[in-house]
Amino acid sequence: MDEQGFLEYVQSGGQVETDDWMPDEYRQKLIKFIEMHANSELMGVLPEREWILRAPTLQRKLALTAKVQDEVGHAQLIYRVVEDLGKPREQCLADLISGTSKFHNVFHYPTRTWGDVGVIAWLVDAAAIISQKALLKCSYAPYARIMKKICWEESFHILHGRDVILTLMLGTDGQRELVQEALNRWWAPLMMFHGNPIPAENDPVVQWRIKTQGNEEARQQFLDGYVPQIWELGLTVPDPKLRRREDGVWEYTEPDWDELRSVVTGHGPMTAERLEFRRVTREETAWVRSVVLAEAA
Amino acid sequence: MTSVWEVFRQERKGQAFEHAGSVVAPDIAFAEAYAHEQYGRRGESVALWVVPRDAIHELDDFPDELGRNYHRVDGYSLKVKLKEARERAGTATP
Ligand SMILES: [Fe+2]
Ligand SMILES: [Fe+2]
Repeated sequence: MDEQGFLEYVQSGGQVETDDWMPDEYRQKLIKFIEMHANSELMGVLPEREWILRAPTLQRKLALTAKVQDEVGHAQLIYRVVEDLGKPREQCLADLISGTSKFHNVFHYPTRTWGDVGVIAWLVDAAAIISQKALLKCSYAPYARIMKKICWEESFHILHGRDVILTLMLGTDGQRELVQEALNRWWAPLMMFHGNPIPAENDPVVQWRIKTQGNEEARQQFLDGYVPQIWELGLTVPDPKLRRREDGVWEYTEPDWDELRSVVTGHGPMTAERLEFRRVTREETAWVRSVVLAEAA
Repeated sequence: MTSVWEVFRQERKGQAFEHAGSVVAPDIAFAEAYAHEQYGRRGESVALWVVPRDAIHELDDFPDELGRNYHRVDGYSLKVKLKEARERAGTATP
């Protein structure tokens, strides 16, 4: 099979296994895309981890711990897919810490209150699920298969997030205020989450059928699914232009794409601190890895 | 040194084991622990098989040079013969 034949094969829904022949460009695009996904799962636990000890009840502490374990597990599963494509996990972690590779914009922001924890688990996970569900049809089969398990685990995260939000909304005025403030902080990053609306024909990741959904399509799906859920709780979405047109398309204030670019290239409010945390824990746990490897040898 | 272990899971008793994914581990004890956490911690499996990747031999070439369709259902198209047989027996519906 040549490159053109391969392209036609994946575009018509064909799937590829690890040992199949694939064009080098496809392999490189896969590695970059999947590695960023794994990085995001790993970095995504840090905003929530900060709240495990501060969570209001034992039940909440346990649930948050379980969610953190799930997300780290997702990172492990996804790094495995990258490893089989030829890039070792150690290299992925080194590139993450040095800032050579990227992770999702939403994980570069601070978690100020318990309201933020609820908004993250509910809406950030919801936005992520929309992207991940679209990966179930990815042309690279091992990635698509692992996504099935990940989506299954994610559904508990959204419920946990909604439960946190509903509990706060049933509480005092102060608690409702907490949720509204968190939503105000997270709305802009959420609107950037699915990326700028590049047309599918200009997006190589869509052309290779690594992703089967365009950025704007994903964002519309998010707005359609979740804005009504936000409104029904009496919360306000902090965008005066947001409205659903007659034809079903959502209009909104253009997100600040410069901010998105700057954040994902390592200039977010929490980027340096969180990468430093990863670097330090990696150093501190080096002895565990060497003991495990030495004992097993 | 670590190596790759493939994990197969059985969802309910009586069902076939299905490939679930893989783990990297320095030995079988770690591989079992990782597989247990990764593929069984929510009761989604009743049993796991943990197998060194090297132990798996894949065969993916099944040539059929002789076009042997006599042992498949697509080798038996009975429509025309059945019609003829019914006509001969005088049971054909007009
Ligand atoms: Fe996840
Ligand atoms: Fe999640």
